[in-house]
Amino acid sequence: MRTLLDPESVARGLRRMAGEIVERHAGAPDLVLVAIRRGGIAVARALAAWLKELEQYQPPLGSVDITLYRDDASTALPNPRIGPSEIPCSLDGKHVLLVDDVLYTGRTVRAAIDAVMDYGRPRLIELAVLVDRNGRELPIGANYFLKAETVKTDERIDVFEDPSGGLSAVVQPKSAPRIPPGAPRHGGEST
Amino acid sequence: MTDDRIRHLLGIEDLSLRSAERLLDTAQAFLEVTRRPVRKVPALRGKTIINVFFEASTRTRTSFELAGKRLSADVVNIAGSSSSTSKGETLRDTVNTLDAMHADVIVVRHSASGAAHYVARHSRAGVVNAGDGMHEHPTQALLDAFTIRQSKGNDFRGMKVAICGDITHSRVARSNALLLRLLGADVALAGPRTLLPTAVESFGCRVYDRIEPALDGADVVMMLRIQRERLGAPLLPALREYARVFGLNSARLRLAKPDAVVMHPGPMNRGVEISEEVADGSHSLILNQVEAGVAVRMAVLYLAASEPGAPTDG
Repeated sequence: MRTLLDPESVARGLRRMAGEIVERHAGAPDLVLVAIRRGGIAVARALAAWLKELEQYQPPLGSVDITLYRDDASTALPNPRIGPSEIPCSLDGKHVLLVDDVLYTGRTVRAAIDAVMDYGRPRLIELAVLVDRNGRELPIGANYFLKAETVKTDERIDVFEDPSGGLSAVVQPKSAPRIPPGAPRHGGEST
Repeated sequence: MTDDRIRHLLGIEDLSLRSAERLLDTAQAFLEVTRRPVRKVPALRGKTIINVFFEASTRTRTSFELAGKRLSADVVNIAGSSSSTSKGETLRDTVNTLDAMHADVIVVRHSASGAAHYVARHSRAGVVNAGDGMHEHPTQALLDAFTIRQSKGNDFRGMKVAICGDITHSRVARSNALLLRLLGADVALAGPRTLLPTAVESFGCRVYDRIEPALDGADVVMMLRIQRERLGAPLLPALREYARVFGLNSARLRLAKPDAVVMHPGPMNRGVEISEEVADGSHSLILNQVEAGVAVRMAVLYLAASEPGAPTDG
């Protein structure tokens, strides 16, 4: 198990990312954060907190579950569990910032874009992730990321949330158990 | 971890508590879909759902049809009168034909108890029972339980539910009694003695031949439709008599808890089993049941159409 990002570097990185977002969106009046369930939720929450600190204003924070939008929705999941999607406002004309923990194949993001479009017609959609890893299968890229990392095909990136809310990203073999002892599982790369 | 898979939904009697709760949880996610600006998800794109209704039904068929379409499946309806059965085709031949059309899910309603089981045995498709004779109507029970959850919370333990009317002939009563007992509710059945089935104790419910003791302290009151074809001696003498003794009106509803909710699977006979003011009153969840019906059927169709395959790593 190799650590990519520890809680301090994630906190520092998200603060820098929040600054970049505010700059690019002229403050944040039209911004809506949409976390991709479930890995993106803790990241989006942390990012929203930094945005609030910078702008004295917290943009609306929602989430989408992409299970029903997967390109293998009806074949690959023998036991699908669908979480709630919560979009707090109309997305018409908004700047939607999708937030996930790891960008890998791009298929999850493709599905999330489709899901977001069903809630209105955003002015634009961007993507923020903690780790941008190699292995893209679709022409999709992250607008904001803390770290770009090349890992082997038999490795996986997991993101954990410690009890105090700190996030860390580690690389481990694909065969490793999902939940290492002592670390509550929070997310990690999906597809 | 496949013990709560739902391939067929033939009756509540085959359902485990885990499967039932999983269906209700999944329906929660689909309720959100039905309230969006775009009420459609691509989950069952390329799948075919065939609704075969050998018995007339407007609301159940429409609800299944809408559910399938909101999942992006191709939905075909075959009504009893227009199907080849009127030309002498057997149920077996109908099933073989639908199978050859590569139906992924067959939704079947039939006047014979056990018809859905028969279809499931002879078909490669997932089969959903939309009502078979006097046996079961599982999606109605699930949508009723879902409606109760929305209003009273997820914990059914200790909840008092009264089911009133023609218990013998009602597949709705049977499926509801089974599901509510499975979920832990305290269920009371009430109806004229002639309309209580002989082995009614096996449902594990309190049974009354008057409506008042069933209503006493109830959290939920479910009224059943009196089917006019059952009218006349010896089972049921007259509608007015029934309304007087077993109908739910405001005065009787006061026997239930102040925050009790009233349900009816529809179509209602206003002024017979339920009075106008109760049906349209503040306790009524009758239209919530209709909305819940689409969400619950989306969950059932989605799970029935999801094929077995290798587990992915999320």
